[in-house]
Amino acid sequence: MKSFLPVLAAVVVLAVLQVTLGSSPYFVYLASLVGVNVVLAVSLNIINGMTGQFSIGHAGFMAVGAYVSGTTSLLLKDDQLGFLGPVASDQLFFVVSLLLGGVIAGVFGFIVGLPSLRLRGDYLAIVTLGFGEIFRVVIQNSDGIAKGFAGVPGLSLLGSFIGQFGGALGVSGVPQHSSFFMVWFWVFLVVLLAKRLAASSHGRSLKAIREDEVAAEAMGVDTTSYKVRAFVVSSFFAGIAGGLFAHFVPIINPGSFTFVKSMEVVVMVVAGGLGSTTGAIVAAVLLTLLPEGLRSLFLELGGGDASLAQKVDQIRMPIYGVLLVVIMLTRSQGIFGTHEVWELWGRWKKRAPAQPT
Amino acid sequence: MQPEALGTRAPRAPLLEVEGLFVSYGAITALKDVTLSVGQGEVVALIGANGAGKTSTLRAVSGLLKPAKGTVRLRGDDITGLKANLVVGKGLAHAPEGRGIFPNLTVQENLDLGAWLRRDTAEIANDLEQSFARFPVLKARRLQLAGTLSGGEQQMLAISRALMSRPTLLLLDEPSLGLAPQVTQTIFRMLREVNAAGMSILLVEQNAHLALNLAHWAYVLETGELVMQGGGKDLLASEAIRKAYLGE
Repeated sequence: MKSFLPVLAAVVVLAVLQVTLGSSPYFVYLASLVGVNVVLAVSLNIINGMTGQFSIGHAGFMAVGAYVSGTTSLLLKDDQLGFLGPVASDQLFFVVSLLLGGVIAGVFGFIVGLPSLRLRGDYLAIVTLGFGEIFRVVIQNSDGIAKGFAGVPGLSLLGSFIGQFGGALGVSGVPQHSSFFMVWFWVFLVVLLAKRLAASSHGRSLKAIREDEVAAEAMGVDTTSYKVRAFVVSSFFAGIAGGLFAHFVPIINPGSFTFVKSMEVVVMVVAGGLGSTTGAIVAAVLLTLLPEGLRSLFLELGGGDASLAQKVDQIRMPIYGVLLVVIMLTRSQGIFGTHEVWELWGRWKKRAPAQPT
Repeated sequence: MQPEALGTRAPRAPLLEVEGLFVSYGAITALKDVTLSVGQGEVVALIGANGAGKTSTLRAVSGLLKPAKGTVRLRGDDITGLKANLVVGKGLAHAPEGRGIFPNLTVQENLDLGAWLRRDTAEIANDLEQSFARFPVLKARRLQLAGTLSGGEQQMLAISRALMSRPTLLLLDEPSLGLAPQVTQTIFRMLREVNAAGMSILLVEQNAHLALNLAHWAYVLETGELVMQGGGKDLLASEAIRKAYLGE
């Protein structure tokens, strides 16, 4: 019962926010974007931060989730479970397609993780980068693949599913079932999981692998199996994030899941502090809102003159870059290091009274 | 092939038996036909210069390395080529070279990981208290990150952590590495106590003087081959050893 309490509290809080703020489309869009990035950063932190295996192909798993769940929703668009009513039925299908996207992404995580997690450091990074790009390129050429599959008995169904991916043009018309509530409920779930994991003996063995893989093995930890498990969980949530993304943007195409997207998530995790879940959250929120915030700032400075704002707008990204460099120079271990925010708070409180006023 | 023995070895029930062990890294053969044994309750030292193959021997025994040839038996069980995480379950604990503690975890978490395969919570707590009694400094620093400990404290932690799995045989790789002589003395005094309590130890050590003083039996490795064996005190007294390893 005690473990159920936070879930209940989250549902209530999110429902209240949904009712009070859910009517502003700009807020919902921005909050959803932030939420998706938080899910990506927190899940990547499980493998990069907690387990210390540097993966830079997260966008690939996000793409798998986005395409699988987006296409599933597209195909189910006109179906309805009559006894539930249209809204409940749509949301049920949405959850099912999300889970399907997450599970398929998790399966791909297993397929990719099993051979590549034997590698360490730079080599693992290169392999995960490669797989991320392979996913994207396969999706980009899905038209041809679909045609090829169509002629093969037994694969024609898969072929027609892949045919919906639309190649380089992408998928449009995915029903926009996403809501502030749904996105942030998944944010809550991934954070809850990360927190529970960090405190468990399972999480402790992941940290042991990060600290010293040989020693972890000498303690009896089956390092390969634990690394693969962490990778699968991480990929599952990347798939969920992709699925959520597909249901609030008008179109998904391979361009949304390039190496740049992977790096964006890596930057969030590193800037927040490798291994710190709260760090990943804070960095994801800040780095997602920063470009948007700078945009409004420039619009303000331009006196509402959109054309001037647009010109100045182009230096948004350099500023973003400079800020990242500043973070890395001043706090090379990330905003929070490996700590969680409450640990730092406790330390700060302990130190404060020691200083004479 | 077994080198001739100096002195006589007290007969004991065999615990670890290594026979005809070969290890190679690519084209380089690191170990050639190494045969050694550790008896129940015995401290056995493996001494030799840098690159003689001491660490490779330990790693091949504990499963961190796959031997090219030969057999490793623990209490009669063939554990040759078994992965390290499974060997631990058989009752062998390896404190790897360079201590191998988890620097960003607390002392307590390090010790908990030592008991990772065990499920007997009450007994684990008991063993934890025993570690703290042996090294009170670890208790004082229980919630500190292990990386902030001094070198000697880290070595104490590494040994305590290895003991947390309740092994029947403890493999130690260079416990004196990078430590002040006084700290090394403390560590070796503690090892003597642990052995007196019944723990069998296979010890790799560059400090031949310390190792031979502690060991009941010792083997001398030279470029991957055993060249001498004998009682610890007997080897200490041997002229060849004094010249080669004690700088006299």
